[in-house]
Amino acid sequence: MTVTEVRTQATAHQAWRGFRGTTWRGSVDVRDFIQANYTPYEGDESFLAGPTERTRAVWGQVSELFPEERRRGVYDVDTATPSSITSHPPGYIDSERELIVGLQTDAPLKRAIMPAGGLRMVENGLAAYGYTLDPKVKEIFTKYRKTHNDGVFDAYTPEIRAARRAGIITGLPDAYGRGRIVGDYRRVALYGVDRLVEAKRAELRSLDGRFSTDAVIRDREELAEQIRALDELKRMAASYGYDVSRPAGTAREAIQWLYFAYLAAVKEQNGAAMSLGRTSTFVDVYLERDLAEGRLTEQRAQELVDDFVIKLRIVRFLRTPEYDQLFSGDPTWVTESIGGIGADGRPLVTRTSYRYLQTLRNLGPAPEPNLTVFWSPRLPEPFKRFCAGLSIETSSIQYESDELMRPAYGDDTAIACCVSAAPVGRQMQFFGARVNLAKALLYAINGGRDEISGEQVGPACPALTGDVLDYEQVAAAFDRMMDWLAETYVNALNVIHYMHDKYAYERIEMALHDYPVKRTLACGIAGLSVAADSLSAVKHAAVRVVRDATGLAVDYVVEGDYPAYGNNDDRADAIAVNLVRSFMDKIRRHPSYRGAEHTQSVLTITSNVVYGKHTGNTPDGRRAGTPFAPGANPMNGRDRHGLVASALSVAKLPYDQAQDGISLTSTVTPDGLGRTAEDRVADLVGVLDGYFDAGGFHMNVNVLDRATLIDAMEHPEEYPQLTIRVSGYAVNFVRLTREQQQDVVDRTFHGRL
Amino acid sequence: MRDRLLDEAAAELRVPEPAAGAGVIESWDLSVGVDGPGTRFVVFTCGCPLRCLYCHNPETWRMRDGRRVTVDQVMTEVDRYRRFISVAGGGVTVSGGEPLLQPRFTGELLRRCHGGGLHTALDTSGFLGDRASDALLADTDLVLLDIKSWDPQGYRRLTGARLEPTLRFARRLADLGRPVWVRFVLVPGHTDAEENVDGLARFVATLGNVERVDVLPFHRMAAGKYARLGLTFPLAGVKPPDRALLARVHAQFAAHGVHSV
Repeated sequence: MTVTEVRTQATAHQAWRGFRGTTWRGSVDVRDFIQANYTPYEGDESFLAGPTERTRAVWGQVSELFPEERRRGVYDVDTATPSSITSHPPGYIDSERELIVGLQTDAPLKRAIMPAGGLRMVENGLAAYGYTLDPKVKEIFTKYRKTHNDGVFDAYTPEIRAARRAGIITGLPDAYGRGRIVGDYRRVALYGVDRLVEAKRAELRSLDGRFSTDAVIRDREELAEQIRALDELKRMAASYGYDVSRPAGTAREAIQWLYFAYLAAVKEQNGAAMSLGRTSTFVDVYLERDLAEGRLTEQRAQELVDDFVIKLRIVRFLRTPEYDQLFSGDPTWVTESIGGIGADGRPLVTRTSYRYLQTLRNLGPAPEPNLTVFWSPRLPEPFKRFCAGLSIETSSIQYESDELMRPAYGDDTAIACCVSAAPVGRQMQFFGARVNLAKALLYAINGGRDEISGEQVGPACPALTGDVLDYEQVAAAFDRMMDWLAETYVNALNVIHYMHDKYAYERIEMALHDYPVKRTLACGIAGLSVAADSLSAVKHAAVRVVRDATGLAVDYVVEGDYPAYGNNDDRADAIAVNLVRSFMDKIRRHPSYRGAEHTQSVLTITSNVVYGKHTGNTPDGRRAGTPFAPGANPMNGRDRHGLVASALSVAKLPYDQAQDGISLTSTVTPDGLGRTAEDRVADLVGVLDGYFDAGGFHMNVNVLDRATLIDAMEHPEEYPQLTIRVSGYAVNFVRLTREQQQDVVDRTFHGRL
Repeated sequence: MRDRLLDEAAAELRVPEPAAGAGVIESWDLSVGVDGPGTRFVVFTCGCPLRCLYCHNPETWRMRDGRRVTVDQVMTEVDRYRRFISVAGGGVTVSGGEPLLQPRFTGELLRRCHGGGLHTALDTSGFLGDRASDALLADTDLVLLDIKSWDPQGYRRLTGARLEPTLRFARRLADLGRPVWVRFVLVPGHTDAEENVDGLARFVATLGNVERVDVLPFHRMAAGKYARLGLTFPLAGVKPPDRALLARVHAQFAAHGVHSV
């Protein structure tokens, strides 16, 4: 036994006092620790504590900076220090009062630059807000150090470039961090960094006997980088005065260790989504132990959670205006997965699940962290009512089906970003944004020419002829076009992820994963409802084609009615289901980088607006430039039979063919849920039970009046915390662009006259 | 204009009901918490003998504007939501128009739903309560009874019809012990007089079978529908009730021991 091992055992003995179970002691296994030690809570919210003066003061100090940030786009940027785990000296909001410490830079809301992903993103991001990049940094990242972005463009084919430029494949993480990799940050609290380094060293040693092929060399180098990152994590924590080499001994330490691990990730990676994982029930074990030992009161326990959540609310990245167009409202997707049911049937709801959600009341509604409740009709009724009540109050919660995820991934699963599920610390994904299916349909009609530019982007094939579109012809041409699209798409993603691993590897997140890790290639589709409705129109009504002088189909006249997706009508819904199945099949045909398992999502985030802008008139009658419906939503206004019928259409989409998630954003007026507060809560619980029972995967719940939103557009200063769920995440409504705001206002509000 | 509409309403009473097993509906819809408890499959029948000034479904006034469907067709549609409704809680509501203008169709729908284990609700003005058989009411778990005004003159001004049949129906429901939610649309200048509310509250308190009174604030959101149908919305100039008025009305119901929401 080495000296380190002896010391680790001694401190672990103290840190783990009172904990039960054995498996987790012998190997890194946080799930086993949780299962052996957590206390399910089936009571109601009455035990919860409100905000203390301290909490109000700290939150108040940081809130005061928000108006300025909103006005200028960013509050401040450090333009000279490429960010790393140890790049910045400690920063505080209020060092006297903070309970959980640590900022990405040396001051709150000051953003860092992360050029390894791409220098252009940094330069454009700075320029947009009136800053210039430090010349030295520019020199380093042009002369001496290549970026992910440079690498990708070295290896892109002309075909990929054309598809990207035309907007048929978009949002690709080729100029920014791919994100969506969730480290098991809990490991740092439970085991301390030294123990994790030992485990990583053992993994590295296991490769000593393997012959040095490309794959083995890469793995060795990555493991070495992971160990280096863990060491940097210790140094970063030490700069704040904490020794995270040992396990956390108290709840406060557990939250602090966990947060340091997460902070290390967001100091080094400007990932599109930087999610937290599933931490509340883990933290609960520590809070309950401290409460039992008399170290904490409920008020103090809540303060710790509140202070942690304040930190999560102010994670910031420097991004470009183009990025904001895709993903509006400055999201960071600090997604935290809460609730669900364990494999043994016990609910994974604890008092700390309530405490996390209580932050929406103690600190007011907010888009981050992205609070995600794993719903099951089997959840304890008081917890369901608590969540539904908070949704009605704050529109800040999203729900995902525990009943679909548990069988697929086990009960220690967390959501990355919006709807991407994976077991924590065991699986990671290669984020692949999405393709525009509606545009692909137009390409099919036009023989691969772009309906806006007229350029040949897709494979040249005969355009469809005839005045009225023939369903069989359209379906066959669309199928061929999707073949091409899937191939080009996977081709692009392989390049991107090869280069991201090479130039912007997620050292700390991957240090908090098992080795070897399971990988998925997360493809995605947008414009599903437009494509499905277009095909339904062609099939059930008459769609007359309008062509320009060059023979390009530029408009469509729909004669007669057609069944639209979103009314629980199989004639239309089956078309959407088939599109999902068929595109997934096509994706699977192409080999993926590092043997990742192919998946796809039906999710747009807020990019539905940009996709719509770049897509011409469609055969469903949608006008050029009009936003698509978000995610898997039916087109706005075409779901005419209410929220339930609309949701049941979406629930038909097969999760096993879209394992990266299927997103539905529902907006209902308060009156559309019932006449009294109690009725609304009971009715929303019922709708969620019914939807998830029907096989629905995800629902964003907004309970809002259109009038409120319109008023907020005119008087943003009066609605600083108005939060709405868009597509897989929440945003401050007033931080959306005017165009995005209008899109939200135009969506279907389910209610009744 | 008003006279023409009232003649048209009276004519609806003479339109023969379609043959057994069929009816005329405007549409069906899924609603949550507004047409009875929980998630409801709501059938809107077509045709109504009243022309309420605030009506927000003018498209359901005339039977001839509706769509002829069989009970089987509606039940096929209902079946698609049976599972959802059983998990979420809720049921089926027959609304209108005036469902009792087609008592055979309405009765059969209620019987089939009720017999199939679904909670059933009937949303009616009660004006044609005499057409509802005891059997129909036995298949109805909840009656949403619109009592639009307590004052007979006010009622006639508002609806074009007599109040008495509705009150008679309300008493009959009380005698039969059928659960009722009374609905009362609060329209400033039309139904908000203190004595009007007071009279209604006193009456409701005597019935014993009324679980609650829904005080529905008047709104003007149907104005667009009227415009599309080439009609004038008669209450375009009336403002929705303010909080103070709503509070006063709820207090009046409470004073009579009536639970209002």
